Amino acid sequence: MTAFINHFSFEFKTGLRNRNLLVTNYLLPLVFYVMMGFVMVEINPQFAAVLIPAMVVFTMMVSTMIGMPPPLTEAREGGVYRSYKINGVPAISILTIPVLTTVFHALIVSTIIALTGGSVFDGVVPENWLAFASITLLIGITFGAIGALIGVVSASTTSAVMLSQLIFIPSILLGGMMIPLEVLPESVRWLSALFPATYAMEAFNGLAYGRETIIDPAAAVTILGISMVLSFTLAVYLFNWDSHNSTRKGNPLLALLAAVPFVAGAVYIAL
Amino acid sequence: MNSSTIEVKDLRKSYDDLVAVNSISFTVGKGEIFGLLGPNGAGKTTTLECLEGLRQPDEGTMRIMGIDPTRVGRQLRNMIGVQLQTSGLPANMTVEEALKFFCAYHGVRPRYDLIDRLGLGEKLGSQYQDLSTGQKRRLALALAVAHDPSILVLDEPTAGLDVASRVELHAMMKELKENGTTILLATHDMAEAEKMTDSVAILLKGRIVSTGTVRDITAQGSGFTRVSVRTDESLLHEKGFEFPGVSQWMIKDDYSIYYTTDPGQTVTAIINTIDAHEDRLIDLRVERPSLEERFLEITDERN
Repeated sequence: MTAFINHFSFEFKTGLRNRNLLVTNYLLPLVFYVMMGFVMVEINPQFAAVLIPAMVVFTMMVSTMIGMPPPLTEAREGGVYRSYKINGVPAISILTIPVLTTVFHALIVSTIIALTGGSVFDGVVPENWLAFASITLLIGITFGAIGALIGVVSASTTSAVMLSQLIFIPSILLGGMMIPLEVLPESVRWLSALFPATYAMEAFNGLAYGRETIIDPAAAVTILGISMVLSFTLAVYLFNWDSHNSTRKGNPLLALLAAVPFVAGAVYIAL
Repeated sequence: MNSSTIEVKDLRKSYDDLVAVNSISFTVGKGEIFGLLGPNGAGKTTTLECLEGLRQPDEGTMRIMGIDPTRVGRQLRNMIGVQLQTSGLPANMTVEEALKFFCAYHGVRPRYDLIDRLGLGEKLGSQYQDLSTGQKRRLALALAVAHDPSILVLDEPTAGLDVASRVELHAMMKELKENGTTILLATHDMAEAEKMTDSVAILLKGRIVSTGTVRDITAQGSGFTRVSVRTDESLLHEKGFEFPGVSQWMIKDDYSIYYTTDPGQTVTAIINTIDAHEDRLIDLRVERPSLEERFLEITDERN
């Protein structure tokens, strides 16, 4: 337990000490939130309806998918995991603790957004706060598991950033955060269903706000849950202590299996 | 060896077409300091990394206190302390956090005394990225011994250390040995190996080419003893005297240097000659071949 506390405490502090992580954990989400609150709500008043959930999803994505993977890759490339291995730090801790601390940082920002979005920017507050909190936690851990998988399979920090952007940018455009899913042409909806942010927004809309949704919110939660388990299991399985060690358990392409729940969702929508 | 702490038999490890370690075998007894010597790329680090469980060997068997390092992880971690040649800590981790972090995973209390002894007491709050190379090496050493391991593996431990830190490291190694710790030392510093080890194995291109005590290994060479003589009037420089057992003669820095197979006869004859010519002896040194000389001899033979 002491080891866990020490490890958690160190990783949490790293999220504040490391300038890149400070930007992705706090500065970028909060600045973007304030900007969207002032500008976007002014330009498009309907955005107020999704300001809070959209900014929470954005925060979770930036922290877990943009901020977290490069340091995981960098630590492996820099021989940090070799030091960890010879001192008995288990692989599961190396992956679990950064996910938990990153989600913890993102939860702090999400709480700020949830508590100020209504009063400061006239954002619509959730009808069901318990559902809102539960979904926030679920998407945090799911996105964290995906981020961990990206960090594990990336050969370098550059490829980690590229892989993260591959999910992040389309999620912003098609994930229901800027443009509601129901507004998208039907021919494009299946494409948006390939990205986890879509399910997060649908779960928020359906369960926390009681709105009509394109994807059944229970199905959205289920798909996120399956993705969480699948991504984390794959991250642990594919984890490599040392990039110079040719003996690894599986081919990094196995990571594509983590996309199966989303592909299934996209196929369902397309049909 | 009655109680082998480390046993390696027919260990082989290759990387694609490169055979880094080729069927090597050695044993290390309890409380012994064993040196793995060799030039860069000889296979020292690969051997150590296989023993540490960081790499999977292709063939052969290894036992550390009866445990196969490729199969049992956790148990091994508390038995051995390792100072890796290339490893790192998170850039933002402070010295104190590193100490607490690794001690916690080993289930021991943080050893602040080691940090003080290794001159890092004032660096407790410094982040790893702000430490000098020598300070990083000293921290790695402190972390390696903090849990009182039965076996300590040191890979080029003095690389990047200043003289005072080297002396401290050697004193610490002696203390650990006296307390029964077995030390496996990989180095290409022959003077360090000669001073610190009980026995050594010389590795070249993945193979052990010589093994035994330093005395055994130096004795396996050409067998020449070096006799260096300096006199007041440099008598021996001027005339090509012949002495028994001498096969080679040279002049270096005011000294006449003789390589002999019979040092007793040679020294007696030299002193008699100096007396007979009324010169005065200033300095006379009789030295057996150093490990470094023997190492270079072996390297030349193999090349």
